[in-house]
Amino acid sequence: MLLSGDEALARGAYEAGVKVACAYPGTPSTEILETLSGYPEVDTQWSVNEKVAFEVAYAASIGGVRSLYASKHVGLNVAMDPLMTSSYAGVRAGFVVVVCDDPGLHSSQNEQDSRWVSMFGKLPLLEPANPSEAYEFVREAFSISEKFDTPVLLRMTTRVAHSKEDVAIGRRVEHQPFEFKIDAAKYVMVPKNAYRAHAKVEARQADLAKFADTTPLNHLEPGTGPVGFITTGVSYYYLKQQFPEAPILKLGFSYPFCDEKIAAFAKSAGEVFVMEELDPVIEEHCRMLGIAIRAKHPSFRVGELRPELMRPIVAGEAKVEQPSTARRPVLCRGCPHRFVFTMLRKSKAIVAGDIGCYTLGSAPPLSALHTCICMGASITFQEGLRRALPGRKIAGVIGDSTFVHSGITGLINAVYNKAKGLIVILDNSTTAMTGGQNHPATGATITGKPTKKLIIEDVVRACGVDNVDVVSAYDLKALGTLITDRLAGDALSVIIARAPCRLIDRDSRPAPAYDKDKCKTCGICLSVDCPALTESPGGYVAIDRETCMGCNLCVAVCPPGALTRVEDIAS
Amino acid sequence: MKQTTTSVLFCGTGGQGVLKASEVLGVAAMLSGNRVKKSEVHGMAQRGGSVESHLIFGDTVYSPLIVPGEADFLVCFEANEGKRLAHFLKSDGVNLLPWLEEAENLPDSRFINTYLLGVLSSMLAIGQEHWMTAIETVVAKKIEENRRIFALGASRGKG
Repeated sequence: MLLSGDEALARGAYEAGVKVACAYPGTPSTEILETLSGYPEVDTQWSVNEKVAFEVAYAASIGGVRSLYASKHVGLNVAMDPLMTSSYAGVRAGFVVVVCDDPGLHSSQNEQDSRWVSMFGKLPLLEPANPSEAYEFVREAFSISEKFDTPVLLRMTTRVAHSKEDVAIGRRVEHQPFEFKIDAAKYVMVPKNAYRAHAKVEARQADLAKFADTTPLNHLEPGTGPVGFITTGVSYYYLKQQFPEAPILKLGFSYPFCDEKIAAFAKSAGEVFVMEELDPVIEEHCRMLGIAIRAKHPSFRVGELRPELMRPIVAGEAKVEQPSTARRPVLCRGCPHRFVFTMLRKSKAIVAGDIGCYTLGSAPPLSALHTCICMGASITFQEGLRRALPGRKIAGVIGDSTFVHSGITGLINAVYNKAKGLIVILDNSTTAMTGGQNHPATGATITGKPTKKLIIEDVVRACGVDNVDVVSAYDLKALGTLITDRLAGDALSVIIARAPCRLIDRDSRPAPAYDKDKCKTCGICLSVDCPALTESPGGYVAIDRETCMGCNLCVAVCPPGALTRVEDIAS
Repeated sequence: MKQTTTSVLFCGTGGQGVLKASEVLGVAAMLSGNRVKKSEVHGMAQRGGSVESHLIFGDTVYSPLIVPGEADFLVCFEANEGKRLAHFLKSDGVNLLPWLEEAENLPDSRFINTYLLGVLSSMLAIGQEHWMTAIETVVAKKIEENRRIFALGASRGKG
């Protein structure tokens, strides 16, 4: 079957008998849980956030069944608290923590190298280099987890998670649950127990290092040529393509390090070059061992590697930055967020943004968002900016899924600490950026089954916010009035701007009419950044009627009335 | 050791079916006995941004990414994207740009990808039955119409 790294990993976990799997969506990891949710034998969920996902899955392991957590790199940051102590408490049944890094920032806010997490948490690390390995390694990860009584980190990158290849699959083998045992010394991490557990972790590190030197997951490929390579992940295949004859030490079990294999390889190879994406993890370790190696120029720590970079890197060249010529993504045609951004921009407020499709509103010509750091950091940024800039108009915007993920705590903080200002919740009833996953406020589970629906306005009121308005995101006039009024007010206000995501509700209405004679070529309609409107010679505009969904935002902002609404005959 | 592979770079903008087209070729190539690797990036595909998918098949395939200057075929669904990535094509590689205009004249722009796949099929040694199975499994919608457009593209490619 042609499977992506995510799909292959999910298949491997399924066959290894995984019983519970939890995640919060995040590119490029989303398809792991989406695939697992198709198997009725696996209890899957979209969790509220990554910390919750980690804890639910981890507890299932302690309860005796094989379990899995998956997220993108920045998602794992949210789960760091339980991760660090799970290393001490260990597991009962196998527990695999999948993290997908995004070198090159295809769809992320940073390009952190999560291999450091395995060192920080003292957890073993497996790194598949392609989908077939993702399928195989996850099974290994479960057995390593059980053998060494530890969660196992399995790290992929975008080029592994989202590349596809033909993978030979097998059948599920049910994993007999282990008996749950009350064991306070192991699972109650009070100082006395944790102190002993820490000593166990250090002993485990030594055992894992021995395992690293014997496991075939780290394998030596003899070859010829002046340079031998130590590598991991997809870089292995870039090297195979460019230097097919070279000797290679490929690390699949990359932490703790296989020091003896590294030393033996260095002795046998003429010159050793460490080829790794992002941070100098293997490089620094080799230097610490006192092994003479060469490695990529530090400029290549930024961005992803590609096959055509292998030879320049080995030649010791610095990175030559190529300006991106790719078309930038924009908010979809008819997107309700565009209405809110049009009015926020008009208000001249400083706008704290968050993570989601709506972050696209930060690019010109909309330029409606002014900060974006991490999930949930709009409500808190609104508060912090206002504390620094009293008297300025400041708003925060956050999506529905992000609000449930980590916006609620910030909102309670704002109420508790008597913060003022405006929060707009862009409620399009889905986790849109990652492809439309359910969350608590959609009223459906990962498999689409109906569940208790979280009512966002009730939550906002329960947090203690007195000024709560729910408005259609398409009602530009009401939005404008509310935004102006609430920004001028001296209280904390929340506006919930609600309209379904246009990737779900694809109903379109007729495109507007355009009277070129009335057009003053002011360009205001173009400033809403609609993919159906383009500038034509002389400052006039052209409407792509196939693309236009008839949202009529351009009509609403057109001062001379050159653009006019065309009524839908059917309605 | 020289790789005996065929590499095809698909490109366009979000919503044009770039990923679906490369998936069809990937499945067809796999069914005809090749090892296949495909690389793509999700997330921006429905938001009008640039979308590209690298597909490589043959006896042994290492990298899932095509090296610039080594693509055998460039299949663009949008002319500017094709120009932007033209440097990926081999000096004797085939650019399907001349067929894009024909495809754009189809009454329904949603079939541009199927038409260009048809054109591509006339230049590759992959059996017709594998293409049809791939279309049925990957596209799964409007099969008859897709078959017809695919055949139309295939006949134009030969001509």
